[in-house]
Amino acid sequence: MISFKVNNEVVTFDGADNTPLLWVIRDHVKLKGTKFGCGIGQCGACMVHVDGRARKACITKVSKVAGRDVTTIEGLASSEDTLHPVQQAWIEEDVPQCGYCQAGQIMAAVDLLQQIPKPSDAEIGQNMSNICRCGTYVRIRKAIHRASELIAEAK
Amino acid sequence: MSAKPHAKKTSVDQGRRRFLVGGLTATGGFLLGVPHLRLLAETVETEKHGKIGFFIEIQADNSVVIGSAQPEIGQGVRTALPMMVAEELDVEWAAVSVRQMPLGIVKTADGFAWKYGGQGAGGSTSVTDNWEFLREVGATARQMLILAAAQRWGVDTAECHTEAGVVICDSLGASLSYSALAAAAASLPVPEEKPPLKDPADFRIIGKPKNVVDARDIVTGKARYGIDIDIPGMRHAVIERCPHLDGRVESFDDSETRKVPGVLDVFVMEGPQPGEPYIILASGVAVVATSFWAAMQGRRKLKVNWTRGPHSGESTESFWAQTRELLDGKGQVVRDDGDFDKALKQAAKVVTARYELPFVNHAPLEPQNCYADVKADSAHVIAPTQMPSGASRAVAAVTGLPRENIQVDMTRVGGGFGRRLTNDYVAEAALISKKIGAAVRLQWTREDDVKHDFYRPSGMHEMTAGVDGNGTISAWTQRLASASKHYRRANVKPEEMFDPELYVDDFPAQIIENFRLEWLMVQSGVPRGSWRAPAHTANAFVIQSFIDEIAHATGQDPLQLRLDLYGDNRELPYTNHGATVFNPWRLSRLLKHVAERINYSSDRPQGRAVGIASHFTFGGYAAHAVEVTVGDAGELTIERIIAAVDCGLAVNPRGVEAQLQGGTIDGLSTALNLEITVRDGQIEQSNFNNYRLLRMAKIPSLFEAHVLPYGGQPTGMGEMGIPSLAPALTNAIFNASGVRIRKLPIGDQLKKAT
Repeated sequence: MISFKVNNEVVTFDGADNTPLLWVIRDHVKLKGTKFGCGIGQCGACMVHVDGRARKACITKVSKVAGRDVTTIEGLASSEDTLHPVQQAWIEEDVPQCGYCQAGQIMAAVDLLQQIPKPSDAEIGQNMSNICRCGTYVRIRKAIHRASELIAEAK
Repeated sequence: MSAKPHAKKTSVDQGRRRFLVGGLTATGGFLLGVPHLRLLAETVETEKHGKIGFFIEIQADNSVVIGSAQPEIGQGVRTALPMMVAEELDVEWAAVSVRQMPLGIVKTADGFAWKYGGQGAGGSTSVTDNWEFLREVGATARQMLILAAAQRWGVDTAECHTEAGVVICDSLGASLSYSALAAAAASLPVPEEKPPLKDPADFRIIGKPKNVVDARDIVTGKARYGIDIDIPGMRHAVIERCPHLDGRVESFDDSETRKVPGVLDVFVMEGPQPGEPYIILASGVAVVATSFWAAMQGRRKLKVNWTRGPHSGESTESFWAQTRELLDGKGQVVRDDGDFDKALKQAAKVVTARYELPFVNHAPLEPQNCYADVKADSAHVIAPTQMPSGASRAVAAVTGLPRENIQVDMTRVGGGFGRRLTNDYVAEAALISKKIGAAVRLQWTREDDVKHDFYRPSGMHEMTAGVDGNGTISAWTQRLASASKHYRRANVKPEEMFDPELYVDDFPAQIIENFRLEWLMVQSGVPRGSWRAPAHTANAFVIQSFIDEIAHATGQDPLQLRLDLYGDNRELPYTNHGATVFNPWRLSRLLKHVAERINYSSDRPQGRAVGIASHFTFGGYAAHAVEVTVGDAGELTIERIIAAVDCGLAVNPRGVEAQLQGGTIDGLSTALNLEITVRDGQIEQSNFNNYRLLRMAKIPSLFEAHVLPYGGQPTGMGEMGIPSLAPALTNAIFNASGVRIRKLPIGDQLKKAT
């Protein structure tokens, strides 16, 4: 039995210890915003936060998050009616096309902006390795710059 | 473009008017739709309570729900199509929400007809095909609302007008909201006359940039895709598919698989017969379990003996050897204008080159999946699909159920790119559900998706041009040896196999007097299908590279040579998909724009240069200018990209810009790195670690995407942004380094060349 928190709520899981966190989130906790893209930690569609840092849930065994805090895209905003500044920026810049990768992109961007509050294009390129098959990279980059402003304004 | 859901378009308007229906919803809303029964005989009755063809629902709070019948695969139709309805209905865009409609087909005496109009996302057709129809839906609803108001007030409809969800009568100084009129309007007969449509000058929604309607749901994780379907009690299935092209399961040992907790069933999936049409892609072993992860654990413990199949000797090398051998012989001449041989003999200069294009994988980020619940007399599938009618046919084919008893619901789709025009994964899910007698959700892994696809056909193009003493191209031929996309498709004659490989009316046909296209069929066991703009992605690279080669060989400027060829503003007839006319001058307009933006004529330091290209795709026009630096050791830096598109009238300019950006980036990604290779009759790539899609780091900061509307009718926008990027890039590389890339992907060719 493994116990941890997902979006501030305690979750227990009694399946195999080596089950990837991704499938526990999707099929046990039933939060579907975290996506499966590659299963080998390449694309980042499964990005969540573990104790505040971005982690690829498809290659994170559930046993590794015992007792820790996991945040998914559904728990990123402080409440149902509000948006995280990164989500807000994503809407303003009209980023999504198919939208499938965007939850992972947003989770990665939130981590990036915590580490580098005002990243350059080069720093965004170095730190954002998530794949977007639709090619929304130009707007993702704009949205990260916009989110950086929104976060700074809120402080 | 493989999928043509509209078999014929006869007496469309007549049919549409007759079957326009209005009705009350259970909650008192007003529903209206035009069934758009393109193929339906006029005697077919619509259901009286009006569940057919509803597109508009006006809610009590005066908000409006607009149905979108087309699959949303990231091309933005769930935004653009409802914009057309809302424009003519005359409501505030902010008051609109959108709901996905299911597949709508009606059984008729001679087959099936569409309930809601043709449904399918392929060939960049959704906006074009629905342009008149959906505006008419909105305009008719508006007329009926005006009529209801006029009757209530006892005035003539001419005294009434609408403003953003309200009918107003100036002489009375009265107004009524649409919601107050909805019930009365729904009970009115549908006007016989076709409604007048707005003058484009009066558009308030169409042509104005709008954000993706589902953006908030997407960024909060609420948007639902096929993979998210989770219905209590459903089983989970995965399939271990044969890695050998057309190989089969010889035997398997599932004893360890069945010990995995949660595994419920293991059985063989019969694959297609070699050479016959695909229903599913490969023979395999299905594992059914209580969860996806349990099914995967069970799958990993399978021991399967495969037959190596009839293509075990095929490799990428053998493929290219075959193309070279074919090109030494004669092929099928599919277009032959003037006298090519004579013109070539008389030419002052002859230029020739061969180009190679690889197989590529679609790689939508959401791996294939499908929910299926097959019962004795009916079935329900929920699928991320580009072709819901194909899903219905696939389920019918594998279950024997009548199509009218098969319900097909669509989710938002995590990328299409042509992969989901084919519903093999739907057939698989239906087969499994039928076998186990329970609802199931089939999930493919990324490895499944990379190794089992209908890949973009690979081919070798031999180009030869004759140029006269004035630098005018007098003779042109393109000889293509390729693996036709129509491979194994039912009812395609051998002489029609060329059709999806060479588009006979594409540039420079009709412009160069002595012009010949010749095609040769390569034998390959690699499954293939439509990848984005199908053959445009290959042919634009070849033609736009070769134009530059001719320019360099004859001392001409590549931009000026194109402008000379494209010529004056005029329309040429066009019979290939997506258009009836082609105006090459519109390419000149875009080329001049991108050339100016990138300072085409400026001097640049050694190793740095620009390249340009342009192409006409499915009725839309696009051009790219790319600036690169090639270092001494062959390091390639993309410095700047300028893209421009003319899609006629841009319904949603912000969406059009997004498609242009995305297409450009896919063009770049594919040109730089992407290829599927074959060894011993097996696909070599397996996942994103060896099928390396482009990431953020390679996208230049200097990236401009310009939407340059031309007016008139809108064209689609799904694929226009891709084809001209690759040749603009490789033309830039040549100008910077002197290395001519004639084989895609570029890979490490520059490093090897320097």
